[in-house]
Amino acid sequence: MLHADIQLQLSRLSLDVAFSVGAGEVLALLGPNASGKSTTLRALVGLLPLDGGRVVLDGTVLEDPAERVKVAPEKRPIALMFQDYLLFPHMSAVENVAFGLRCRGTDKKTAREKASQVLARLDLEAVADARPGSMSGGQQQRVAMARALVTDPKLLLLDEPLAALDVSIKTNVRRLLREVLRQSRAANILVTHDLLDAVALGDRMIVIEAGAVVQTGTPAEVTARPRSSYVADLTGVNLLRGTGHGTVLELDGGGRLTCASPAAGPTFAVVAPAAVSVSRERPEGPEGGEVNTWRGRVSAVDLMGDRVRVRVDGTPAITAEVPPAAVDRLQLDEGGDLWVCLSPAAITTYPQ
Amino acid sequence: MSREKWRLNPLVAVLAALAALFFIFPLIGLVTGAPWGHITSVITSQTALQALELSIIASLSSTAIALAFGFPLAWLLARGHFPGRGLLRGLTTLPMVLPPVVGGIALLLAYGRRGFIGRPLESATGITLPFSLAGVVVAESFVAMPFFVITVESGLRSMNRRLEDAARSLGASRRTVFLRVTLPLIWPSLAAGLVLTWARALGEFGATITFAGNLPGVTQTMPLAIYISQSSNMTDEAIALSLILVLVSLVVMVFRRDRSGAQ
Repeated sequence: MLHADIQLQLSRLSLDVAFSVGAGEVLALLGPNASGKSTTLRALVGLLPLDGGRVVLDGTVLEDPAERVKVAPEKRPIALMFQDYLLFPHMSAVENVAFGLRCRGTDKKTAREKASQVLARLDLEAVADARPGSMSGGQQQRVAMARALVTDPKLLLLDEPLAALDVSIKTNVRRLLREVLRQSRAANILVTHDLLDAVALGDRMIVIEAGAVVQTGTPAEVTARPRSSYVADLTGVNLLRGTGHGTVLELDGGGRLTCASPAAGPTFAVVAPAAVSVSRERPEGPEGGEVNTWRGRVSAVDLMGDRVRVRVDGTPAITAEVPPAAVDRLQLDEGGDLWVCLSPAAITTYPQ
Repeated sequence: MSREKWRLNPLVAVLAALAALFFIFPLIGLVTGAPWGHITSVITSQTALQALELSIIASLSSTAIALAFGFPLAWLLARGHFPGRGLLRGLTTLPMVLPPVVGGIALLLAYGRRGFIGRPLESATGITLPFSLAGVVVAESFVAMPFFVITVESGLRSMNRRLEDAARSLGASRRTVFLRVTLPLIWPSLAAGLVLTWARALGEFGATITFAGNLPGVTQTMPLAIYISQSSNMTDEAIALSLILVLVSLVVMVFRRDRSGAQ
């Protein structure tokens, strides 16, 4: 069980995050570039000294600046798998994997045997005696995984473990990683900026932006009710902020929406792009007319799989999703103005 | 990816050939001009053997000194953060571009019998550096060590330091990180630095003759012996001794190329 409260002042980032991870649990740490994800891992390992806070692993205080406690990196029962693997170029795969065991006092023969076993488990017998330079990216990735796993750490940190892989092998490696994590008795932290990794591998999710936690929860909770435009962009929904007055939501950037359920105070509203309808003419009929209808200018048209996403800049700006046939029918490629119409039932609100 | 078919530009070929010949002709001159008839007697003369022995002892000692003191200096220059680091690098590598005879004079003024270090050193310990084998080693170190410092520093700078982080996160102490990760990774630079330093020390002339003098059997190294033979019209001896130095240097260079080629 890890309890971490990390406060760190760097030149470009002020990091202040707190979280806990249970044994056998996988915490997915999600955030945009330079939000402090890798910095958090480096701090946990002890490569970056804390300015404040406390790190406790299985009841042992690893670091507490106020108490002047700082366990050296090599004394922490932690393994970190680096984004760019950082395999030792002058050692073979089996030497790379045995390195951690040798440093922690295992004799040479046992270390090599154990390393070979872990390599075999990850289907790497064939490259056991090869150096990293002559391996494929996927093989290097698995050797790095083996090197992190072999010491049986109490805290396993994975920094973007799949980011450098080819799309073609990503799915397989993700499955392998899930298998490995499922059997792990360690507290696991997976840093990623890929929502799919977080959802597929994480038991819980924590989203950080600019060095601070913006949301925590299960992947389902976080994706259903995003609390930052970063997460909303990842899941592909429209996230609007406003103030609720009954069923009317006054939006922060101007404009108002009528919602099906009442809300009070600062409120988030989520709208799936598929629920947004667009037309060239002002919509008529019972649902059109006055409620949630506004005009905006087409600013972007993108093909996403078999759907087309249309960005309409108005008050508010919103993204709609239409079938490809609509591009022709609405002549979207010509830009111009569109009418946007939104059913109150399509808006999900929750407090900020 | 297949490379485009390699075509030789005639101008490049001619200029490159001239450059190569420029280096090869003097070697041919040495080989053809050597007194092959009585070369063994020249080479095994007492002067020659003494000079060779002194050269080897002094150049290896200077190389060892470069390793012992130059490595920490290179480490500091590569990894340290302190004001004046650039100035320190400039001062300690200045002998690379300084005329060696100037270095010799500077050495006399510091470590000579009347030098501001040499005088108190003599009165405290009775040790005098000039005109002794120790003086030869001092002169050669002064001129050659900068090559070691600068080569090792650039090796330390170009290695990926995050590999050291990785090693520490795997449980390696600072000592283990140094021995198992840093040292193997900078080994090519370290080896190159040692060879360069040794070669520079072996060929040292100006600082040595100025600071340590030219005493046969005491401070007369090979380059000095060659110069004296040449200027006293004993050309045969000069050529024979030169050939020995060429041979020694050639063996080291070829050996080194093989080693680095295998990496």
